[in-house]
Amino acid sequence: MTTQTLDVGRPLLRRRPLRLPWRGGLQGSEYAWAVAFTIPYIALFLAFVAYPVAFGAWLGHEPSLYAELAQDPIYQRTVVNTILYVGIAVNVKMFGALLLSGFFMQRGWWVRALLLVFVLPWAMPALPAFISIHWMLNGQWGLLNNFLWNVFGIDGPGWLDTSRWLALGWVILSHIWKWMPFWTVILLAGRMAIPQDLYEAAEVDGATGLTRFTHVTFPLLANLYLVCTLLSTIFTLGDFNSVYFVSGGGPALSTHVLATLGIRNAFEVARPDLGVAAVLTALPLMIPLVLILMRKLRTTEVTL
Amino acid sequence: MSVAVADLGRGVDAVSALSAERGRRARRIRRWKSVGAACIAVLLLVWTLVPIYNIVMVALESKGDVFTNTIWPDQPSLGSFWIVITEGYWYLEHFWEQFGNSLYIGVGTVFFTLAIGSLASFAIGRMRVRYGWVLSNAALLTYVIPASFLAIPFYRIMQIYGLTDNLWSVIAAEVTFATPYAMFIFHQYGVSIPIELDEAARIDGASPVQVYWKIYLPLMAPALVAVGTYALLLAWNEYLYQFLLLSSKESMSVPVALAQFFNSDEAPWNYMMATAIVYSIPPVAIYYVFRRRMAAGLTMGGVKG
Repeated sequence: MTTQTLDVGRPLLRRRPLRLPWRGGLQGSEYAWAVAFTIPYIALFLAFVAYPVAFGAWLGHEPSLYAELAQDPIYQRTVVNTILYVGIAVNVKMFGALLLSGFFMQRGWWVRALLLVFVLPWAMPALPAFISIHWMLNGQWGLLNNFLWNVFGIDGPGWLDTSRWLALGWVILSHIWKWMPFWTVILLAGRMAIPQDLYEAAEVDGATGLTRFTHVTFPLLANLYLVCTLLSTIFTLGDFNSVYFVSGGGPALSTHVLATLGIRNAFEVARPDLGVAAVLTALPLMIPLVLILMRKLRTTEVTL
Repeated sequence: MSVAVADLGRGVDAVSALSAERGRRARRIRRWKSVGAACIAVLLLVWTLVPIYNIVMVALESKGDVFTNTIWPDQPSLGSFWIVITEGYWYLEHFWEQFGNSLYIGVGTVFFTLAIGSLASFAIGRMRVRYGWVLSNAALLTYVIPASFLAIPFYRIMQIYGLTDNLWSVIAAEVTFATPYAMFIFHQYGVSIPIELDEAARIDGASPVQVYWKIYLPLMAPALVAVGTYALLLAWNEYLYQFLLLSSKESMSVPVALAQFFNSDEAPWNYMMATAIVYSIPPVAIYYVFRRRMAAGLTMGGVKG
């Protein structure tokens, strides 16, 4: 079973599978059928992935576009924002998920009930959630400032429209709020797959508490944690909704990230080439990530 | 010898004293642990529920209440929901049509994702068609490209295909991004189904189509349910592509209409939040109903020991 999993996606020449499915190879019409079965996917891929990718590359091939971007202060801020956003959001979210997955390993009905509530942000669509957060942070009528005023008598600031860093911070928090439950569930599944007798053996050897985590749990989870972090980095890099609905790129276009700036350039400024160029500047970060991930996803049984 | 016995006695005393001390310590630790767990639980509840509380609260406010400084509406009412259901506000005049559009996109996405994904996985994983690995790599690559990065050229392509403002352009987009995940799951699940079943059927003279239809698909049912749920939620929740590709009020889906509402200057927030809740209920319900079945797909394998 395992060897088969590992084999798929590699040239068959490299390692002979133990059992050849459809022994004796495909014959005559069978081969035609097999090809026919793949045609819908090939057509889908060519029409809606390969063609747009090639078209995008063609749109963004002019070097002058990148010179134009480099001089644009909005773009410069966007790059800084993207790095901060991805770096902070991914790591806080994944580390929080790692800790919380341990918390949810506890027994008891209330833990299970809490987990059901905790996954609600993930279960609900992004749009209503972020619209709600946007309004909650409204300086004049939002829930947060109403609460601060009614309980502490403090007049809170406009959380999203006064300071760039404040707004970016809220965007990051909103993203973590929405996506941490998902990764917690994944890491929880990873923890559950660790056989209990490993812990029993470790306990006999005197490992408890932190040592148990560093010597048993984490080594076994490390690969999953790495794959999840890489995937989450790519997903976060492409996350459009958090920024678009929570801060809207404001105040004064200071909290855009590459994903939202690309759309803005293409559709609000009506410069699709500039939008594509902005997105393409993420490639130096994307390509190594994608290569490592594809390798990892092919050889590990991680399912997301 | 007597000394030795006395020593032993003392030793026993010391041990029992030690174990009593240990028991007390263990109880103390356990108490602190449960207090800590309770604190974490309360923090998690607050963290999770505040934005949800906000959305419900605003939806329950009557028109005058939205712009006040209260943290609970003075006169909570379900009036906003009634307005949404009866399309009683000009921004909502096509609400049910848009709801139907979202549903149409969802069902179309599920059907094509399952059909295209399972056919390709069958050919690659079970029949081992030559160069199948190229296809699985292509799917994997699509899975790790952020959809938002492809949106601009995708929009231009749809113009070239003549599909703008057409629900099928959105279905094409959602299927494109759901199928790689489907192939991934189908492949992993398919490994657990003995290949001998296919061979036995083949020896009995079944054609590949019959093997696919009568053996592969029925045995893959759990994976089909998991992937179908995933595709439905993806299509229902996705915003960017629907926003770019659908422009007229009649062809819009609910999230696009909601965002248009959000971006307008004169925003009746209570109607908007009520719309948002009505829009959120189906995916949340589906999620909780199919949670276990989705988990079956999600966690298969989990980590490799």
